[in-house]
Amino acid sequence: MDCSAAARPNGSRKALLLLAAIVAALPLALPNNYAYEVAILVALNALACVGLNLLVGYAGQISLGHAGFFGLGAYGSAILAARYGWPAWGSIPVTLAGVALLAWAIGWPILRLKGHALAMATLGFGIIVAIVLATEDRLTGGPDGMAVPPLPGIQGEKTWYWVVGAALLAGVWLAQNLIDSPRGRALRALHGSEVAAGALGIDAARHKVAAFVISALFAAAAGALSAHYAGFITPGKASFLHSVELVTMVVFGGMASTFGAVAGAAVLTTLPHLLTVFKDYEMVLLGAVMMLTMIFMPRGLVPTLESVLAAARAKPR
Amino acid sequence: MLLRAQNLGKHFGGVSALQGVDVAFARGAVHAVIGPNGAGKTTLLNLLSGVYRPDSGAIFFEGRDLAGAPPHQFAAAGIGRTFQNLQVFFNMSALENVMTGRWRLERAGLAATLARAPSLARSERACRAAAERLLEEVGLARWAHAAADSLPYGALKRLEIARALAAEPSLLLLDEPAAGLNPSETREIDELIRRIAARGTTVVLVEHNMKLVMDVSDHVVVLDYGRRLAEGEPRAVSRDPRVIEAYLGSEACSR
Repeated sequence: MDCSAAARPNGSRKALLLLAAIVAALPLALPNNYAYEVAILVALNALACVGLNLLVGYAGQISLGHAGFFGLGAYGSAILAARYGWPAWGSIPVTLAGVALLAWAIGWPILRLKGHALAMATLGFGIIVAIVLATEDRLTGGPDGMAVPPLPGIQGEKTWYWVVGAALLAGVWLAQNLIDSPRGRALRALHGSEVAAGALGIDAARHKVAAFVISALFAAAAGALSAHYAGFITPGKASFLHSVELVTMVVFGGMASTFGAVAGAAVLTTLPHLLTVFKDYEMVLLGAVMMLTMIFMPRGLVPTLESVLAAARAKPR
Repeated sequence: MLLRAQNLGKHFGGVSALQGVDVAFARGAVHAVIGPNGAGKTTLLNLLSGVYRPDSGAIFFEGRDLAGAPPHQFAAAGIGRTFQNLQVFFNMSALENVMTGRWRLERAGLAATLARAPSLARSERACRAAAERLLEEVGLARWAHAAADSLPYGALKRLEIARALAAEPSLLLLDEPAAGLNPSETREIDELIRRIAARGTTVVLVEHNMKLVMDVSDHVVVLDYGRRLAEGEPRAVSRDPRVIEAYLGSEACSR
């Protein structure tokens, strides 16, 4: 298992600076608005994945329903802004508070479950959200989706790129701070041995729920930003397929690696846009990536690369 | 008495693992719990650390009844433990395992954590230093940054002890710390237990290695078929005919 990146706060600070440099320099390599759009989608998915990784990679709890939180963040802010005329800067925080409350309320009963049972419960939650969003058409516009007012003063792909890039960096910073702390170790302890964590005074139920709420907030924030950016949303954003996409990005990039989650989101968001011929086979491609990752690099992209680099560096001595 | 448990009982389905057991552990001493396989020793430790809820009885620790409380409250009260079947955090380095042990003593609020407050950075440095000292003490300093799953078995046993000590417990429960160790590793555990006791930590030791038990303990409790068979000084207990019978069968006793 990987312990090198998270073990040294200095290492993670360097990685954060590297990510900031990439975000800052990337526009030089983006030829047109379409490329900006892809970069924005990457950052939004990465934000959701960094949060999901806290739950799945660090605390060791599965969720197959995180697109539900993404969808609730998107629709919550959209409905407050479009139907009730809220200023967008008010609708996002209130939506996030609501999602946190909901995640906390459903987290207590379902995080008692382990493994397959937890996977089924979160899957059920995601499906319920998708169905509600598709059927409450008076509020949500139903399966056809709804228009979302833009954020005041933020227009055009280039401005959005900086907003979403800053949100991603803030999210990564928060996640890294959490991981390099007693609370982060408590989460990893739950993954390592729940009984030993309890014997050290760590309240398993409380910390699982906290990780669930925090990861739900990351997904909801990404959802809300994506809704205001795109100007239009459909229930597809809350679908099971999107939940699976998010989990695949985390697993492919590397569990228990924040930068792995970012890398996983970057590769798997960009790939379908590069290989547009495969558009109809996106689900097949996703499944293949998942299987190949599990077989050939079960620790995921970034941790595997890290150990390859570490081995290469150690050799000359 | 640091800990006094009265009338402890625990059933698993129809099997009664422990029945009406009273134990009392005096502060600052090394206590051993011995008995044949299946006598209920690990069950007793699991009750005293909150891993199991007792079906009956009370567990007074420093005067407070902890029976029925969740395990993290036993730990918070100052009871630490190790596990017979290793429960090391294999997803961390050795150092991080021990740093996790400091949870009871060094932690921060969620807001301070997320913003990485300067006070947190200071307490993290203190936590790391304390963990490094403990690894030194159990002889694992050179493994500090190694992934826990790369450590040999004997080292993992000591890592669990270091992790439990990191919480600075007033009562330390050791579940078969010498199981699977060779004689020289067992001697190291022997010395380690003496050092822990010398610092004033009360130790309760479940162990099959009789030499270790006789060497380090001040007081022995013997369990058999889930009941307390005998207790007292190690020498006296080892001469008790009931104890010899439980271990060797009645023939050995009548010979």
